[in-house]
Amino acid sequence: MQPMNPDPARAIEAVAAGLADAGYIATRQIATAVYLGRQLQKPILVEGPAGVGKTELAKAAAQFLALPLIRMQCYEGLDESKALYEWKYGKQLLYTQILKDTLRASFDESAGLDAAMAKLRSFDELFFSEQFLEPRPLLRALQAPDGAVLLIDEVDKSDEEFEAFLLELLSDFAVTIPELGTIAAAVPPLVILTSNNTRDLGDALKRRCLHLYIGFPDPRLEQRIVDVRVPGVGGRLRAQLVAFVQQLRKLELKKLPSVSETIDWARVLLLLNVEELDPDVVRETLGVLLKFEDDMTAVTNQAASFVIKARDASVSG
Amino acid sequence: MELPLLGFLQTARRAGIRISAAESLDAFRAVETIGLTDRAALKDVLGLVVAKSREEKALFEECFELYFTRAQLGDADAAAAARADADGSPARNASLADMLRENDRAGLTLALEGAGRRIGAAGIRFRVQANMYVQQIMQEMGLAELTREIERLRAAGDDAAADELEHARDRLRAGVRDYVERYLALAAPAENVWRDENLKTVPLWRLDRNDVERMRAIVRALAKKLATRYGRDRRHRRHGHLDVRRTLRRNTAYDGVPFSTAWKKRKLEKPRVVALCDVSGSVAPVAQFLLLFLHSLADALSDVRSFAFSSHLIDVSDVLARETVESAIAEIVKQIGFRSSDYGRSLADFKDGFMDEVDRRTSVIVMGDARSNYSNPRAEIVKALYARAKLVIWLNPESRPSWGTGDSEMLRYLPYCHIARECANVRDLERTMAELLTRGT
Repeated sequence: MQPMNPDPARAIEAVAAGLADAGYIATRQIATAVYLGRQLQKPILVEGPAGVGKTELAKAAAQFLALPLIRMQCYEGLDESKALYEWKYGKQLLYTQILKDTLRASFDESAGLDAAMAKLRSFDELFFSEQFLEPRPLLRALQAPDGAVLLIDEVDKSDEEFEAFLLELLSDFAVTIPELGTIAAAVPPLVILTSNNTRDLGDALKRRCLHLYIGFPDPRLEQRIVDVRVPGVGGRLRAQLVAFVQQLRKLELKKLPSVSETIDWARVLLLLNVEELDPDVVRETLGVLLKFEDDMTAVTNQAASFVIKARDASVSG
Repeated sequence: MELPLLGFLQTARRAGIRISAAESLDAFRAVETIGLTDRAALKDVLGLVVAKSREEKALFEECFELYFTRAQLGDADAAAAARADADGSPARNASLADMLRENDRAGLTLALEGAGRRIGAAGIRFRVQANMYVQQIMQEMGLAELTREIERLRAAGDDAAADELEHARDRLRAGVRDYVERYLALAAPAENVWRDENLKTVPLWRLDRNDVERMRAIVRALAKKLATRYGRDRRHRRHGHLDVRRTLRRNTAYDGVPFSTAWKKRKLEKPRVVALCDVSGSVAPVAQFLLLFLHSLADALSDVRSFAFSSHLIDVSDVLARETVESAIAEIVKQIGFRSSDYGRSLADFKDGFMDEVDRRTSVIVMGDARSNYSNPRAEIVKALYARAKLVIWLNPESRPSWGTGDSEMLRYLPYCHIARECANVRDLERTMAELLTRGT
């Protein structure tokens, strides 16, 4: 564990500043979560709508802490052999095939069945050693010499069995491999799990984690994010496009535009050399913000009034 | 430090946030790291450790504000000092009358908190209990003694002093009421949980407008739960054993040494559901819940064909898929709702247009009261469905004894249903659907 910082408030600010250097504008709450995750050595479960920067947070944290980022994408049917380790079956087989003759020769020498058995047993150990072990993300994160940032992405997509399997890793930072024993982390990694809440996660998992909810940012924060991610956009356009997106989020849409969409849109507007929002530009580029036909039609009709409001907001704000 | 935090955790628990012992320990460790000086930081930290879902975050927000901003009878410093004393031994030397006379706010706060703790004011659940709690706290603080004191002053002819004391007593009562109200506010979310459980058993047609919103939330949660559970069952069936034949065939090139292995995969059977929902006048109060459920079901399962009928039958799958719940229900009701039902005609419509939808893998769910206004019930169509489909399930909002009375044709349809249930409340719905998903499809 790190030495206790005498002034936690300053330490949290330092985390926020570090994340900002890595290109991630964090709220106080997010910075506090990263700080606490390090201090208490607890995994952080991040929930929130798609595209608010859950995955980005892990990347920025890795950059800030100067640790390697190890990412594991979860999906239905993910199991231990894909997540933790696998025996290099082909290699094991290849070695036995190549060494067949040598093995036979050495067995021929040994007198009696018992001796041969003893010999066989020693080979057995040989074939189930780390040499033939293919480490997958979770094991790699535990074995990283200086620690790592382990991102377990979209954990809600995985099966419940896999979630249960994660529990040992998350509470003890250790995993058990039947043939080798328990492998514990030299330096506990900072674990960040993300979830889009397609299903409810188990209580056991939640209990072991700090729970961070990242929602849509307020206008000021979003402007700062756009400023950092798309530096070429002028101040006025930035204020306008953020105000526009913020208005869209108040509508009843199938998929609300998220921060990532705002950034994409800012990039597009920059490429088109737009200096100020106007209804035509908005209509032409709406596809970047909205992903459903129905949403597009709903917004197109109101685009003009939104643009006017966005301009007003950018002037007064 | 321990006591306020412990108190907060208890309050949060009562408000409906689940906090395990391990999480309490985490909270203490976290607060140790962060200190108690910065209120915003404290809130951030506790929010991270204690509240583990979006709903819980909202509850937490409320609890935190209520708990750490408890208005005091006196100014904050005195109250804080009083609280510190109160945690030790409640030294109640001064009488209530003296304290009121001297306007000893710190002392009064201390006495109030002490009394509140002794009678367990934090246990309050419902608004109707508030008066009782106020009275009990007043008694505990020495109301009887105070009343005697006032009477004594009156007897002695010192009306001014008596009046003054009476005013002070009324002010105190108002303060005590505030104190109780705060605990009541903290308990409110717990009351909701209790109401939700109750709502599940209330007959659908007896719900009032206020309940409808909560009911919708419950039904939606139910459908989500079913979908999760159902998905798990399907995944379980996918795991297979080593396929020896295919493995050997694949590895003949390697002299039969099994370099690449092949695994048996069991075929997934997607359930197909065909749902027919009665939206006629006789089931009007229930119809919108059945439609709501149908909508949620269409979200949860991949292959649902939905139909609504009253005097005749229409396909509503597209409407349900396209629109939001509210507009879909409104749309369907506008198109076909509240007419007098004709089961025979509606079934014939189904037979003519959509019988091909039903095969041996299909489950057919009919939701309706089977009251057909004495028209030909065409039970033979249900019989044909029974022969074709995997399951025919009839959910009837009427209670079993009234099946077959009047114009109800339920008893004629009954022989051709694999499952026929009364479905008067959400719990019935829940039970039947769980059965359908695990066993039926």
